[in-house]
Amino acid sequence: MNQHLIIAPILIPFVAGALMLLYDDRQRVVKFWISLSSILAQLLIAIQLVIRAKIGAETGGEGITFYLLGNWEAPMGIVLVLDRLSAMMLVLTAFLATVSLIYARAGWHRQGTYFYSLFQFLLVGLNGAFLTGDLFNLFVFFEVLLAASYGLLLHGSGQVRVRAGFHYIAINLTASLLFLIGVSLIYGVTGTLNMAHLANMISQVAPADRPLLHAAFAILGVAFLVKAGSWPLSFWLPSTYMAAAAPIGAMFAIMTKVGIYAILRLSLLMFGTTGGPSAGFGASVLIALGMATMLFGLLGILAAENIGRIAANTVLISSGSLLIVIGFALLGGGEAMLAGALYYMIGSTLATGALFLLVEPMERKDGGIAALLALTADAYGMDAQPVEDDSVTEGPRIGYGLPLLAGGFIVAVLFLAGLPPLPGFIGKVAMIQGLIAVTGIWGAIAWGSIALLLLSGLAALIGLVRIGIQTFWTNEENPSQLMALEIAPVLALAAALCMMTVKAEATLRYTTGTAVALHETSAYAYGVFAARPAVTNTSAKTDGQP
Amino acid sequence: MELILSGAVGVLAASGIWLILRPRSFQVIVGLCLLSYAVNLFIFSMGRLTPGAPPIMPKGGFVDPTLYADPVPQALVLTAIVISFATTALFLVVLIGLRGLTGTDHVNGKEKSEA
Repeated sequence: MNQHLIIAPILIPFVAGALMLLYDDRQRVVKFWISLSSILAQLLIAIQLVIRAKIGAETGGEGITFYLLGNWEAPMGIVLVLDRLSAMMLVLTAFLATVSLIYARAGWHRQGTYFYSLFQFLLVGLNGAFLTGDLFNLFVFFEVLLAASYGLLLHGSGQVRVRAGFHYIAINLTASLLFLIGVSLIYGVTGTLNMAHLANMISQVAPADRPLLHAAFAILGVAFLVKAGSWPLSFWLPSTYMAAAAPIGAMFAIMTKVGIYAILRLSLLMFGTTGGPSAGFGASVLIALGMATMLFGLLGILAAENIGRIAANTVLISSGSLLIVIGFALLGGGEAMLAGALYYMIGSTLATGALFLLVEPMERKDGGIAALLALTADAYGMDAQPVEDDSVTEGPRIGYGLPLLAGGFIVAVLFLAGLPPLPGFIGKVAMIQGLIAVTGIWGAIAWGSIALLLLSGLAALIGLVRIGIQTFWTNEENPSQLMALEIAPVLALAAALCMMTVKAEATLRYTTGTAVALHETSAYAYGVFAARPAVTNTSAKTDGQP
Repeated sequence: MELILSGAVGVLAASGIWLILRPRSFQVIVGLCLLSYAVNLFIFSMGRLTPGAPPIMPKGGFVDPTLYADPVPQALVLTAIVISFATTALFLVVLIGLRGLTGTDHVNGKEKSEA
């Protein structure tokens, strides 16, 4: 039973999502509780998996667990791999999903059909993409999460969303085709799609085939960079993220991290120190694109006029800084920098998630969410449909919710600006320390990256403080009614960010262990083949029976 | 055979890319279809072209793998066809929704002159 825990984060939302399709869409209370229990179960399991990955490493093992799907031996079948990085991403996903779901309960979940099922299928894709150890399986989980995200982006309908959704789908379909080209080229050259198997073979590829393999990984990388929102493949991102409904926008904050995760996992596995002649491939491109992405996001924040666009641009900045660090890590930048970047990634996902949840309550003029929803329904030609209940919104209201909201906002701003004592500062210090240590030709570029890291913090501070003053200080109207269900998720995210500061040492120790494990690829690359099918015992038993 | 297949992939991909860059939403969707055909053929060709060879080996005994076609790309192609078919259908729904909401079939939801 215990070893089957790894597949639970994929199966639980899958079963929950399918189960909810059977209910009529008006049974929202039932659906909400099914979704919440599914996500809480995922959160508990993810925490359990983190503990397993951590203890496994501390007791001398590698902390990597493998799960052979269908009990096929490694290069033949598909494996799920649980290591510290994927366990960490699972917890992050489950936590963000919990707060987004509770937020959606305040009213957004009524704005379209199949919200809860799509939400669960999105989680299937996300968890699967973090767990899989097979390239084609990664493609399948990407498609699952993308298909769910298409539906969720259109949630609430309306001209703006459909237009943004059209661009989003077109771009992601094209990126998926590039993904397929990359995967099939890799198969054509090496004859395997298992990531661990590939990592073993990468140094032994014939010199004549190596350019083809590099081209394949480059094409694959383009597909991931589209998801990660790297410049110049990111022009779709701000308008798409702004168009999405608030709880969906918060979930989209982690979707760019899937692209980052795939780049991090594959580049360090394939082109790390064990890569032979391919070692360090793509590092300079990642650094250059990361810097360009940061610059683009930085200018975007300064030019933005509303908090939605700022939130979307902070996603770009976060992606850009992570790409830079991955690039330097490929060049042998050391574990400390990567550990800081992973720490920063957790925090920035939470902070941008909080910003997306804050967008709508902060921009609400008066009349609360009910008026807003009525307005959207009107604009989208849904006025013929009367609201089912008397109250559009649910849950207790808080008259003086604005100060609480401002508290959550301040925490998010302090994080994104990289000011102490919040984890944004700790993460940036760790990254800058690593970048300062870079010498040689790359030294100047590392200094440029440091400048961009600091300037992006300044830009986030200027942009967000401007919005904050407009909303919280110069607003003389009576504060609009806010619901406890809207404020609680924001405060939960803010509390999680504060916890990351209090527990900074423990978190950093975990991310340092993760970074070390990412650099030492042998445990991953050879461990997969050490995993034996579990059937041998059972089959022996059945054979023994008459 | 290699020449015909690579030519087909090339022509399909080229027309697909050209159509994707067109301003009408229907052209984009047809372009994506053509591009996905090109990609599917490409995946298929990655298993090397072996005419008349079965992909499934008989059970038991020694088998010479050179007499058989590689089954993996064929399985991949099936998955890719199913996924691209489903997402294209979904995309078609969004296309019709965009046409209905904006009254135009321009990809940006408005004609260039109005911009």
